[in-house]
Amino acid sequence: MSLTSAHSVVAPSVVSKRVAGTIIVLYALISIVPLLWIFATSFKTPPDSIAYPPKILFQPSLEGYCNLFSTRTRQTPEYINSLGPATGVCDETVRKRNMVIAGPSNFMPRFVNSLIIAFGSTFCAVFLGTLSAYGFSRFKVPLADDLLFFILSTRMMPPIAVAIPIYLMYRELGLSDTALGMILLYTAVNVSLAVWLLKGFIDEIPREYEEAAMIDGYTRLQAFWRTVLPQATTGIAATAIFCLIFAWNEYAFAALLTSGTAQTAPPFIPTIIGEGGQDWPAVAAGTTIFLVPILVFTILLRKQLLRGITFGAVRK
Amino acid sequence: MAEIRVEHLRKAFGDFVAVQDSSFVVGDGEFFVMLGPSGCGKTTTLRMIAGLELPTGGKILLGGEDVTMRRARERDIAFVFQLFALYPHMNVRKNIGFPLLAQGMPGIEIRQRVEETAKLLRIDHLLNKSVSGLSGGDRQRVALGRAIVRRPKCFLMDEPLGTLDTEFRDLMVHELRELHNRIHATTVYVTHDQMEAMSMADKIAVMNHGVIEQFGTPREIYDRPATMFVADFIGSPPMNFLGFGGGLSKGASEIVVQGAKVAVPEVREDIAPADMALGIRPEHIRFDDGSKLRGAIYGTEYLGTTQIVAVETSGGIIKARVPAEIRLNPGDQVGLALSSTRLSLFEKGSGRAVRTAIHDTVIHHGASQGRAHRG
Repeated sequence: MSLTSAHSVVAPSVVSKRVAGTIIVLYALISIVPLLWIFATSFKTPPDSIAYPPKILFQPSLEGYCNLFSTRTRQTPEYINSLGPATGVCDETVRKRNMVIAGPSNFMPRFVNSLIIAFGSTFCAVFLGTLSAYGFSRFKVPLADDLLFFILSTRMMPPIAVAIPIYLMYRELGLSDTALGMILLYTAVNVSLAVWLLKGFIDEIPREYEEAAMIDGYTRLQAFWRTVLPQATTGIAATAIFCLIFAWNEYAFAALLTSGTAQTAPPFIPTIIGEGGQDWPAVAAGTTIFLVPILVFTILLRKQLLRGITFGAVRK
Repeated sequence: MAEIRVEHLRKAFGDFVAVQDSSFVVGDGEFFVMLGPSGCGKTTTLRMIAGLELPTGGKILLGGEDVTMRRARERDIAFVFQLFALYPHMNVRKNIGFPLLAQGMPGIEIRQRVEETAKLLRIDHLLNKSVSGLSGGDRQRVALGRAIVRRPKCFLMDEPLGTLDTEFRDLMVHELRELHNRIHATTVYVTHDQMEAMSMADKIAVMNHGVIEQFGTPREIYDRPATMFVADFIGSPPMNFLGFGGGLSKGASEIVVQGAKVAVPEVREDIAPADMALGIRPEHIRFDDGSKLRGAIYGTEYLGTTQIVAVETSGGIIKARVPAEIRLNPGDQVGLALSSTRLSLFEKGSGRAVRTAIHDTVIHHGASQGRAHRG
């Protein structure tokens, strides 16, 4: 850096780069160890999973995944020997433990519930959020600041603080243990975040674009659709990820309001423990599969996510 | 193409009045420039003509039709924005064709019209490029293309050259005027740059604080400023003012400024005693040791063909534009001779110009050819 450019941002020195790099690597390692442990456990046998000292190296097994997707009954060795040859890997693994597969477990339906509820509520929150944010950004809304603050204020207490009233209301309205009820709830929680994030993104899009389109013969809605939305995709993607992560991971409301048909994966996974012992590999397998959608989504949209996180920090 | 008639137009944002009681007519095929400092109401006026803002009062007629409260898309006008507003997610071809798409024109016809327009603007080689890679000048041409492709009733331009660098700006001023001469589209052009206004306009309206201070040809505005604001805003350096007192009577052709008698164009109205100002363009000053109006050289600014000389007089600094050859040193005493037929007189209180013989000359409206290039 020359002395003449006193006001320019000085490039980081090699030392500071190394220090920063080391800190980031350490932090990443610390964060990833539990995930790796879960991933490893999902491929252990139940005895290996509770072995002490813990086994770092082990013979991988699909038992956790088999147990996750099935329900099993214990049988006598005589009965098992009387059966024909095993029909698959899982059948074989289970028979070694003197059990036979009785049917599929509830994991798949719960996982599908999670997908429907998380993506459904994300879509609703982003849809409503985009329209409201556009309205707040472009029109003179009476008491706009107060309304925006009110929307933000819904995030100021932990949502679970209103769990009891919502539980009672849902019971009255027949929304308990329904996918619709969960979608509405997660949408309500996420829409404030969506409005605020998206308003920032839409504010950055000059209104000249819509004005040009409206002068050129388009209605406001057409102008919004053709000129604003395509330019807001980054913001919409970032907002969608935040909403999705919340709805996907949410545990407390799901545990409280869903128990049967609409139960999501987070409250389901712990219930695996107890169905015939502490089956840690099955729990770990459930968790591993549960992580996949978010992982894929985040990797696909990582650029937008980064932009969303640093939003406001970097102005053009 | 159509005539634009604006009648008693007014726009208030709460207590702030952005435009008050503006009235003017832009003739069919005229290039009209609204000129003024930022915040003078010129852009607001333009946006009301476009339909992007609704007026608080008054009327707007396009081609004789009252469009005051109509939506922008129902007015059949085109708008060129300062920041071009080219859609970054579309290439040049799609940007230019976008207004035609709104009309539901078939694809083949759009293609044809877009290519014609691109040829006219000499950007046909850029049609399949992304707009983000274009230079400022080319972006401007694409924005113009999007405006003319639809053949609207009139063009509205909001400081379209404001973001270009000087070199490009001069080029685009020339191109815009040339384009106008070819297609004769009624154009309303907003700018704060007097050079742009003077070199392109058929008619100029100079605005300040929401009021049109003067409406006329560039020549009228430069030679016969209607108010002190116009005299000060137009010209570089602007008109000099020398204060003097006392009234004026009809027929007078001499005033006394700083103890010196100065011949002025014959006064055509009676003015009660008040604070007055004599307005002198820098190029209407000569150095003449015989003159009673004296001052000391304060500084010079060498411009090559001419030089701007600041002279300190008892009434303040006066700037004169004199030939570059004259050698001057700071502190030298000089006499100032003024071109008596070109001077303006103003009432200081209202800023209004006093009617004199300079207002007698025939007014040539629409005279845009053959004007000398100032600068």
